[in-house]
Amino acid sequence: MALTDALKSEFEELVKKYPQRRAGLIPALHRCQEDLGGWISPEIMEDLAEFFELEPIEVYGVASFYPMFKLRPQGKHVIGICENVACDLRGSDEIIDQVCKLTGAPDGGTSADGKFTVERLQCQGACTTAPMFDLDGVYHEELDADKVAAILGELQ
Amino acid sequence: MITPASETYLLTRAEQPGSHTIEVFKRLGGYAAIEKVLKQGISRSDVTTEVKNSGLRGRGGAGFPTGLKWTFMPDPEKDPRTRYMAVNADESEPGTCKDRVLMREDPHGLIEGCLLAAYAMQLSAVYIYVRGEYRVPYDRLQAAIDEARAANLVGENILGTDFSCEIHMHKGAGAYICGEETGLMESLEGKRGHPRPKPPFPAGFGLWGQPTTVNNVESIFNVPFIINKGAQWFRGMGTEASPGNFLCGISGHVNRPGIYEVPLGISAETILNEYAGGVWKGRKLKGWFPGGSSTGILPAEMISTAMDHDSIKGVGSMFGTGAMIILDETACTVRASRVLAHFYDHESCGQCSQCREGTQWLYQIFARIEAGKGEVGDLEALERISKQMAPGKTICALADAAAIPTLAVLRHFHDELEAHIREGCCPLRSKGEGGQSQSAQEVHA
Repeated sequence: MALTDALKSEFEELVKKYPQRRAGLIPALHRCQEDLGGWISPEIMEDLAEFFELEPIEVYGVASFYPMFKLRPQGKHVIGICENVACDLRGSDEIIDQVCKLTGAPDGGTSADGKFTVERLQCQGACTTAPMFDLDGVYHEELDADKVAAILGELQ
Repeated sequence: MITPASETYLLTRAEQPGSHTIEVFKRLGGYAAIEKVLKQGISRSDVTTEVKNSGLRGRGGAGFPTGLKWTFMPDPEKDPRTRYMAVNADESEPGTCKDRVLMREDPHGLIEGCLLAAYAMQLSAVYIYVRGEYRVPYDRLQAAIDEARAANLVGENILGTDFSCEIHMHKGAGAYICGEETGLMESLEGKRGHPRPKPPFPAGFGLWGQPTTVNNVESIFNVPFIINKGAQWFRGMGTEASPGNFLCGISGHVNRPGIYEVPLGISAETILNEYAGGVWKGRKLKGWFPGGSSTGILPAEMISTAMDHDSIKGVGSMFGTGAMIILDETACTVRASRVLAHFYDHESCGQCSQCREGTQWLYQIFARIEAGKGEVGDLEALERISKQMAPGKTICALADAAAIPTLAVLRHFHDELEAHIREGCCPLRSKGEGGQSQSAQEVHA
């Protein structure tokens, strides 16, 4: 059983917000990813299926639809860089290159030491403060080379 | 020198320190509208009528009149089903970041709007569907709901009256398609965000099959101001067909990108030059998206167009979310088209073959033109595919959002596209004018 009792009782509260239990599935997937290792394992999906009275394939169908849910283990730090048009116009490609160089992670993969995962993201709603990246769930905006070096330097 | 808007109200509170707390919100006149309605016994239909008379049009992209949408909800005397509203806070149209600011800096303003909507439409619950990446706005809204509940403004018997309303937060998980109202409802029910065929419309068959209205954050945010100050006050700003102020996010190649409150009908040129400080680096304007990436790009010579629904439609594009994206003379429109075609390919939910296949082909063709491997006939192919995808050929408008801007770039920047194919590279780079650094080949190798 991957799902903890604490999460299960939290989800029992969560589903009270909705007339149908299943509506709690996406918020529950978020909480699992936060608390249970940064990704959604097949075991978590099986447990959630049992909790939400669904087939495991239905949980997989939902988890695999949404880009925020990771179906593979991630690096210790996850850096998602927006590559959409507003960021692209302000040089996000250079930010992507720099982040890959500084972390040793390939563009769209995890560094050999498992410390960093770098991914490209679609528009994150930070267009007027472009370019941006999301580091472990926190936005960093109006990036330039110095700022990126300083932010990543603190993680080393 | 900034020409001031006739009056501003949307961002006035947000500029004050602590604007996200109930204490500051109330000090600045917050919750006065719902209090007025409940204490003076203003009828539910009068609230709807005021919103309808204001002419407020939805700020989420379609520009549909908000008050009129409310009247589509069935009469509860004849249809006793449970009634809902879903607030669309899945802000993800490229270029658009206004709702993020409202939710983060002025969450109680949205809650008060929800309460008025709930009162007018006799809702039993409101769900605010916030995109999963917006963690700070989500937390601010949740804290604001908790504060409002403690102040007897959310929950049972609000302010001691017989009006009750629950407001629930709900987190999305990064899919653009969930900003489409029926995709949003599917997602809120815990499913893949596959849009539903319409009809039936949400007012008849929405969340869990019950009558539902879906409204954008900024639309609902306008409601308390309209109730406080009246429809006539609201109509004093903007144009006859598009009244009020709107939040214009302006991004890309400008000196001062930002979110500015301006009246509808202001010229795009004024926003660009007086608010955003003009095109950056002393360069010339090449093109601009008027309202997010799903609205067709316009050439520099159309920058004097007024920013309102009818004027932008008149020049062959759409007002959309009012989010202007500016391209300077060094920007490559093929590259911008490839970036966006990739986005729509990535975000197509896959239900309709025209969209699933069409977005992929548009992306592949733009990528190969950018990489210098364009073929004779590619521009005709782009046009043919786009016309097979749109308008109105699919369950939702995502296919239109990919296809119509493709037709716009073909219309306004045909020569540049053709030069890419003829010269086998970006004409801007080959002339040594700078441009952007990386080719599509490198990006997608």
